[in-house]
Amino acid sequence: MDLLSHLKTLVSAPGLSAHEDPIRNLIREAWAPLTDEFGGDKLGSLWATKHGTSKAPRKKIMLVAHMDAIGLMVRRVHQGFLYVTQIGGVDARVMPGQPVYVHGKETLQGVVASTPPHLLSASDREKAVQLDDLIIDVGLPAEEVSRLVKVGDLISYGQLPFEMQGDLLVAKSLDNRASVAAVTACLDALKDRPHRWDVVAVATAQEEITYGGAYASAFGVRPDLAIVIDVTHGSMPGIPEHKTSPVGEGPTIGWGPNLHPKVFKALSDLASQNEIPFKIEVMPMHSGTDAFAVQVSAEGIACGLISIPLRYMHTPVETVSLKDIHRAGRLMAEYILTLNDETLNGLMLD
Amino acid sequence: MMTNMATKTKTKTKKKITRPIKVTPPTAAQADSLVLLKQLSEAVAVSGDEGAVRKIIREAVTNLADEVSVDAMGNLFAIKHAASSRAPRVLVTAHLDEIGFMIVGEGKDGLHSFEAVGGIDDRILLGKPLWVGADKINGVIGFKPIHLVKPNERSTVVKIDSLKVDVGANRSVKAGDRATFATPFVDLGFTVRGKALDDRAGCAVLVEILRGKYPVELIAAFTVQEEVGLRGAKVAGYTAEPDAAIVIDCTPANDLPSQDDEVENSHYNTKLGHGAAIYSFDRGTVSDKRLIKHLATTAESKRIPYQHRQPGGGGTDAGAIHLTRGGVPSVSISVPGRYLHSPAALVSKDDFYNTAKLVRAALENWSPKVLKR
Repeated sequence: MDLLSHLKTLVSAPGLSAHEDPIRNLIREAWAPLTDEFGGDKLGSLWATKHGTSKAPRKKIMLVAHMDAIGLMVRRVHQGFLYVTQIGGVDARVMPGQPVYVHGKETLQGVVASTPPHLLSASDREKAVQLDDLIIDVGLPAEEVSRLVKVGDLISYGQLPFEMQGDLLVAKSLDNRASVAAVTACLDALKDRPHRWDVVAVATAQEEITYGGAYASAFGVRPDLAIVIDVTHGSMPGIPEHKTSPVGEGPTIGWGPNLHPKVFKALSDLASQNEIPFKIEVMPMHSGTDAFAVQVSAEGIACGLISIPLRYMHTPVETVSLKDIHRAGRLMAEYILTLNDETLNGLMLD
Repeated sequence: MMTNMATKTKTKTKKKITRPIKVTPPTAAQADSLVLLKQLSEAVAVSGDEGAVRKIIREAVTNLADEVSVDAMGNLFAIKHAASSRAPRVLVTAHLDEIGFMIVGEGKDGLHSFEAVGGIDDRILLGKPLWVGADKINGVIGFKPIHLVKPNERSTVVKIDSLKVDVGANRSVKAGDRATFATPFVDLGFTVRGKALDDRAGCAVLVEILRGKYPVELIAAFTVQEEVGLRGAKVAGYTAEPDAAIVIDCTPANDLPSQDDEVENSHYNTKLGHGAAIYSFDRGTVSDKRLIKHLATTAESKRIPYQHRQPGGGGTDAGAIHLTRGGVPSVSISVPGRYLHSPAALVSKDDFYNTAKLVRAALENWSPKVLKR
């Protein structure tokens, strides 16, 4: 499987929260040859089921990776310029000078405005940029802009992906398309290897705003077990080391009240046995991922969390190691291969 | 009885426009000019390291000029001789260099400290891709994820000295290497988007000007190090010893509307799409009024769109040139650009074409009357 090419395709689609159609179609295309049937929830999540070998009714494991991405939405069209609000967490300070796509009647290319230094006073330069003051310019006459763009239209980051030495990919929306790619890698690894349980790969919608897809899909799929795959903070200067994990040195496995301690143990033992490097990520309260919603669905679902270290999260230059994505995919596949009739008994808490 | 909604409000009841605006297709020369502009925009030439852009321009002008030379600082001269030896000497300039960065500290793990070369606002640095060094190695100015930013931090400006360039596992990047924003050039229809349009737009205009025939001794100078103090221009002005100078740069179009409809933006500097901008005065120069008049009357008679740049801040190579030797009457004329000195500026294609058109026309009808007092 060409992971790099698959990932570049995944990040090319906007697929902002609650508007996931473009990315859902790409994921569906990629998962079709690897699974047996498709389904979904009413909020737009995609389910792809690969049947296991046990007699029906089979146990189900759900793999959860959110497919939505953060971005902006037009809140005002004024004299040919666009004012915006955020979809998901956008730090306005990162925006000036960024290229963007404006998804109006046509997709337009634009830029986030910035005032050139020649015309700034010293005190101007001390004021941090606020979301409300951001202006998007598509370089067209005002009448054209009014014809093509309206309030409510979406704006996605325009940064194109590029590679850096060390198997690194820099792109927008690697949160969480990197994890979607890890799920694809897992399904690919399971292609000709028999597993007893059904595997339901779920690309959830709306994680960045409400975990909506996670709530709806967990309830709809009702799995016996769930593994959530998301991204976590990659090491960088200025952030305490214990809050991050080095990019390129393996995925993290989550530990905390949001996650089942025996699923944690099973995953970490398996990683060690398979020589997959990993780091334990401790989360004192909630995990900040779809696991928060999945764990408390219906009668409760045992959850594990595998995360891919990613630098500069929520900026257009998110950075991941392709090696870590392979590792996360492999770990999930290895875990799926261990699932049998005894697994759930083994997870019971005394 | 229901009021007719269309007549109820006093504000504009404009008919909704449904058809796209027609764009005049470019001439062959204009199309070539745009191709050159793309090449120049994507090349990397930070102040002090202008070789890559000088090379492209040298190739473009070799067959257009009678003499081509490069001086000790890297200024590129292209001279078109006049027919008469008594013809006035006119220096026309554009600067080769762009603002950018220099790597100043080699960090471990591929994270290097860097500083700005030229004037760059700290607030446009966050989360931007860079090209580093002569081999244009991919790098990134990363930034802390929003999840880990404390609420009171959201209103602080992050300064360049707390940022690092991340080049991944590359170990060939060294202190002293230059870097620029990694911006591909894009044609947006009415405008183009790219880095370094200040002053690659001026350079492409000057190349276009060299295609003409003029009754003056035309000295085209592509100068170095404008962004770090008009350094090349000081030397070029001395070497050229001109009777007059026209400086072609790129100037801010700060013509965004204010959020409040009641307040008009009166500090626009220049307006995009309103033509080449003639300077009256900036922080360094008061333009010679005879040259302003010559440019403006030429524009009027040939119906070439132009505008007057608002007087005030900023500066161009004219600041150095007009003070060389015994003084040189000078004027600056710029292509307006939004978001200059940022990863991606916008320039109107019409303004770009019209700046070349205007300066060509002004040189074509140059006469002793121009500088008569």
